[in-house]
Amino acid sequence: MLYVATIFLPLIGAIAAGLFGRWVGDRGAQLIACGMMVLSGLFSIIIFRDVALDGNERVIELFTWIRSGGFEASWALKFDTLSAVMVFVVSVVSALIHIYSIGYMAKDPSIPRFFSYLSLFTFFMLMLVSADNLVQLFFGWEGVGLCSYLLIGFWYDRDSANAAAIKAFVLNRIGDFGFALGIFAVFYLFGSVSFETIFAAAPAQAETSFEFLGLEVHALTLICLLLFIGAMGKSAQIGLHVWLPDAMEGPTPVSALIHAATMVTAGVFMVVRMSPLFELAPSVLALVAVIGALTAFMAGTIALAQNDIKRVIAYSTCSQLGYMFFAIGVSAYGAAIFHLMTHAFFKSLLFLGSGSVIHAMSDEQDMRKMGGIWRKIPLTYAVMWVGSLALVGIPFFAGYYSKDIIIESAWGAHSLVGNFAYVIGVVVAFLTAFYSCRLLFMTFHGEPRADEKVMAHVHESPKVMTVPLVLLAVGAIFSGSLGYDLFVGDGGEGFWRASILVLPGHDALAEAHHAPWYIKLTPLVLAVLGMALAFLVYFMFPGLAGHAAERFPRVHAFLYNKWYFDEIYDRLLVRPALILGRGLWKSGDGELIDGIGPDGIAASVMRMGRRAAALQSGYVYHYAFAMIIGVVGFISWYLYGLMG
Amino acid sequence: MVVHLPILSLVTFLPFIGALFIFMIKGDEETVARNSRQLALWASFVTFVLSLMLIVRFDPSIAGFQFVETEQWISGLGIQYRMGVDGISVWFVLLSTFLTPLCILASWDSIRNHVKEYMIAFLVLETMMVGMFCALDFVIFYLFFEGVLIPMFLIIGVWGGPRRIYAAFKFFLYTLAGSVLMLIAVLTLYVVVGTTDIPTLMQAEINPTLQYWLWLAFFASFAVKVPMWPVHTWLPDAHVEAPTAGSVILAGVLLKMGAYGFLRFSLPMLPEASMFFQPLIFSLSVVAIIYTSLVALAQEDMKKLIAYSSVAHMGFVTIGIFTVSAQGVEGALFQMLSHGIISSALFLCVGVVYDRIHSRDISRYGGLVHRMPAYALVFMVFTLGALGLPGTSGFIGEFLSLLAAYQVNRLLAVLASTGVVLGAVYMLWLYRRVVLGVLDKEELKTILDLNRREVAIFTPLVVLVLWMGIYPEFFLGLMHASADNLVENFEIARALQMAAAAP
Repeated sequence: MLYVATIFLPLIGAIAAGLFGRWVGDRGAQLIACGMMVLSGLFSIIIFRDVALDGNERVIELFTWIRSGGFEASWALKFDTLSAVMVFVVSVVSALIHIYSIGYMAKDPSIPRFFSYLSLFTFFMLMLVSADNLVQLFFGWEGVGLCSYLLIGFWYDRDSANAAAIKAFVLNRIGDFGFALGIFAVFYLFGSVSFETIFAAAPAQAETSFEFLGLEVHALTLICLLLFIGAMGKSAQIGLHVWLPDAMEGPTPVSALIHAATMVTAGVFMVVRMSPLFELAPSVLALVAVIGALTAFMAGTIALAQNDIKRVIAYSTCSQLGYMFFAIGVSAYGAAIFHLMTHAFFKSLLFLGSGSVIHAMSDEQDMRKMGGIWRKIPLTYAVMWVGSLALVGIPFFAGYYSKDIIIESAWGAHSLVGNFAYVIGVVVAFLTAFYSCRLLFMTFHGEPRADEKVMAHVHESPKVMTVPLVLLAVGAIFSGSLGYDLFVGDGGEGFWRASILVLPGHDALAEAHHAPWYIKLTPLVLAVLGMALAFLVYFMFPGLAGHAAERFPRVHAFLYNKWYFDEIYDRLLVRPALILGRGLWKSGDGELIDGIGPDGIAASVMRMGRRAAALQSGYVYHYAFAMIIGVVGFISWYLYGLMG
Repeated sequence: MVVHLPILSLVTFLPFIGALFIFMIKGDEETVARNSRQLALWASFVTFVLSLMLIVRFDPSIAGFQFVETEQWISGLGIQYRMGVDGISVWFVLLSTFLTPLCILASWDSIRNHVKEYMIAFLVLETMMVGMFCALDFVIFYLFFEGVLIPMFLIIGVWGGPRRIYAAFKFFLYTLAGSVLMLIAVLTLYVVVGTTDIPTLMQAEINPTLQYWLWLAFFASFAVKVPMWPVHTWLPDAHVEAPTAGSVILAGVLLKMGAYGFLRFSLPMLPEASMFFQPLIFSLSVVAIIYTSLVALAQEDMKKLIAYSSVAHMGFVTIGIFTVSAQGVEGALFQMLSHGIISSALFLCVGVVYDRIHSRDISRYGGLVHRMPAYALVFMVFTLGALGLPGTSGFIGEFLSLLAAYQVNRLLAVLASTGVVLGAVYMLWLYRRVVLGVLDKEELKTILDLNRREVAIFTPLVVLVLWMGIYPEFFLGLMHASADNLVENFEIARALQMAAAAP
C-alpha cells in the first residue's frame, strides 16, 4: 500500500491542484501538491531502506493494461534496488523543489497550474522508474516528455518558450521513434515486453540474428541501438541535445527538477535497466561510450562561451550526462547511477541557486549584467560554491566520488574506447572546473554591472526557498561519501543484486579501484588547474577573456553558436519539411490528383450536365438514380442466371 | 425466461421513427425548430441508452454473430433481412449511437435554418449507419452503405459552407465510382456462391483469379471511404464545407465504413487476394501517413489540417488490418474507435471557436488560453490523443498496429513510425498557433469560454479518451474472440488454398 501510495500521491496532488485549483485557491493548491509530494518523499526513504538495503524486492501488479493476441502489458510497479534508488532520488528532490517553488513562483498568476504540472511530472517519472515492462516505461517516458513540454511552455505568452517547448517534444519524439521500434523488435524477438521474461531469455538469444531493412543483423545489437536512440533523445546526447539549452525557457524550478535532476537522466536509467541486453551487445556499448564522451566534450566546450547563467548549467548537465553514458559504455552501471544520484543533488542545487540569483536580480539571467553581489546574498553564494565544488569534483564533495569513479572505470576498461573516454573525461574535468568558476566569478564578483535600481533591490530569498537549498547542499556534500561503498564499492554487487547485470570480463568498475595513483590524481589536478585559470581570467584580470575571444573569433563564434547545430538542422530538416508539405499539397493534391481525377472529370461532366438540373438537389437524384439502376441490374442479373 | 427483444432492429430504426415524428411537427417556425431539436435529442439519446444493452448483454466468448434476427424479405431471391453483431461491429454501433446525440447538441445553436429538416437528416443518417454495421445480408448492407451518403450529401450541400457545391460534387464523384464497382462485385458473388448471406459468404471458397477481381472492385469502394491515398482529396473539401456536426459524423463514423468493409468482406471472403494485394495496401498506407502528415504541416485552415491528419491516422488502420494478426486487427479496430472519438472531438473544438468568430483560419486565432482556459484544457487532451500519447486512446491503436506491422515487415514499421513524429509536429504547432501566445487580436478579446452545453458535449469525450487509454481491455475484451477467429480463419483458408494450388 505504501509502495503504491508513493507513486500515486503526486498524481492525486496534480489532479487536485489542476482541476480544483480554482476552488481551493493558490494556497490550497500549493498545500495539497506539496503535502502529497513530501509524503511521497518520506515514503520513498522507507522504500529505499526496505528494498535497497534490506533486499525486499517486489512487483505489485495493478491491472492489465493492453492485451492482444500474444501481447500483454500490465500496469505493475517493480521495486528492486535500481528503482528504489531512482524513486528515492526523484521523490526527495521533487519534494524539495516543490517547496522551493512556493517562494519562487509566489508572484505568478497561475500557481495551481504550475504545481499541477510539477506533481504530474513527478508521477510520470515515478511510473517510469518503477515500470516492470517496456511499454509502461514508455508511458512514463512520454508522460515526462509531455510535462516537460507543458512546463517549458509554462509562460505561454512568450514565443520563445512555445518554440522551445515544441522543439523539446519533437526532438524527444525522434528519440522515441527509435525507442518504439526497439520495443517492437524486443517483442519480435522475445514475444514479450516484460523485463523479467526478456532478461531471462536474453542469454539464449545472444547469437540470434534477424532481418532488418534487408540486412541480416545481430538481433540484440539492433535492439540496443534502437533503445539507445530513445535514450539519446531524452538524455540530450550529441545530435539530439539541442532541445535542452532551449528548455531553460521554463521556470527555474522546472530546469532543476526536470532538466537536471530527473527527466534527462531517464535515458541513463533506461539503459541501465536494460543492462542484461546491452551486456550482450558489446558494439553498442562501445558506441554508447563514444557518444557519451563526445557529448561531454561538446557540451563542456559550449558552456565556456555562454553568457546566460542557466544555459551554462544546462550545457553542464548535458556534459555530465555524457559522463554517465560513457560509464555505461564501459559497463560501470553502478557508477553511472551513483553519478546520477549525486548529480541530482548538486545540479538541482546549482539551478535553484541560480534561480535565487535570478530572483534577486529582478529576473536577469545574463551574467554580463551581474557581478559584485556576493555580499548581498551570502547564503545563495555559499550554496552555489558548494554545488560548484561538487560538480568540479573537489575532494569530499559528492561529485569527487562519483565522477572520479567514472573516469577511473573508463581507464579500468583497458580498451581503446575506454582509453578514449578516459582522456576525454579528464579534459572535460578541466573544462568543467573552468566554466563553473567562470560562472561564480562573473555572477558574484567583480564590479556590479547591473543598473542601480536592480542593485538596490538585490536581496536574499525567503526561507521557503533557502531551506531547500540548504538541504540540497547537504546532499551535494555528503551523498558522495555516504553512497560510495554502497553504489560502487566492493559491496556494489550485494547492493544492486539482480537489478544490474554485468558479464564477467566487463569488470571495469572493479578494476577502477586498482587504478594507479597518477590515474586517480590526474582529474583532480586538471580540475584545480581549471579553477586556477578561471580565477586568473575572470577574477584577477577580467579583461583577458574578451581579449581571447577577439584573438580567436572563429573559435569563439563556433562555441558561442553552440557548434551551429540549430542552424544546420533548420536548413537540413525544418525548412525542407515545410517546403515539401506545401509542395505536396499544392502540386500533389491540387494539381496532380485533383487535376487528373475529380476536377478533370468534373469539368467535363459539368459541361455536359450544366443544363440538366440545379446542382444542389441534382446530386441526390443522380445518386438515387444510380442506386435504382443498381437494383435493377441486380435483379436482371439474377433472372439471367435463372434462365441461363 | 429471456425475453427476446429485436434489439438491433430497435436501435437501427428508433432514430428513423423519431425522424417520422419530427416530420409531423407543425406550427410556426420557432416552435418547430425548438420541438425538433428536443425530439431529435431524445430519440438519439434513448437509442444510445438502448444500444448500451448490446454491451451489457454481449458475450465476449462468442466469436460469431450475436443478437441475430432473421426475417424473410425477398423470398424469391433468397434475400433475407438479417441483422447481427460480433466483436468487430458492436463497437461501431456504439460509436454511431454515441456520437449522434452529441452532434445534435453541437448543432443546437449553430443551425438556424431548416432545423426540422436538419434533424430529420441526422436521425435518418443514424439509422443508416447503425443498419450498415448490423447488416448480415449483402443487399441490406449495400442499401445502408449507400444510403448513408444521401443524408450526408444533404447535410453538406444544404447546411454547408460557401463552397459546399464543389465539395458535395467531389464527394459524389468519388463515392459513386467506388460503389458501382462494389455493386458489380456483390452481384458476382451472388451468382457464384448463390447467396447474399454474409456469414455464408465468409465461409465460401472462391477461386483465386476471381478473388483478385472482386477484391479490386471492393477496394475501389472501400479505399475511397477510408480514404486511402491517392483517393483522399475529397475529404479535406468535404470537411471544410460541412457543418461541425457533419464533420463529426464524417470523421467519426463514415471513414470507418471503408475499413470495416475490408475487415468484414475483403479479408474473410477473399483471403488469397488480400494476401496478394497486401504490399499495395502497405505502400499506399505508408505514403498516406508520410504524405498527408507533411501536407497537414502546411495547412492554414484548422479543419483541413485535422482532415489531413485523419488520412494519416487511417493509414495506421489499413496497415493494422492487412497484417492479419491479432494485434494488427485489434489495433486497427481500436485505432478506428479512438480516431472516431478524437477527430470528432477536434472538429467539435474547431466548431466551438467557429461559432464565435466564424473563421477557420489558424492565423485569425492565437492566445485563446487567456480567455478560454477550459477550452484550452479540453483541446490539449484531444491534441495529445491525436499525437498518440500513452495514456490516451490514440496510443493503443497506433502502438498495436505498428507492433503488428513490425512483425510482418520491418521497413513498413520504420516508415510508418515516422508518422508519429510528424503527428506531434503538426498537432502541437496547431495548438500553439490557436491557443497559446499573446491574445492581441481585437475580435478575440471578448470571446467566451465553453458554455454548459459545450461542457456537456466534451466531458464524455474526454472521459472516453482517457478511459480507453488507461484501461483499453474493457474495449479490447469484446473484440478478442472475433478478431482471433478472423485471423485463424484467414490462415486456414490460406493454407487450404496453398494445398489446392500445390500439385
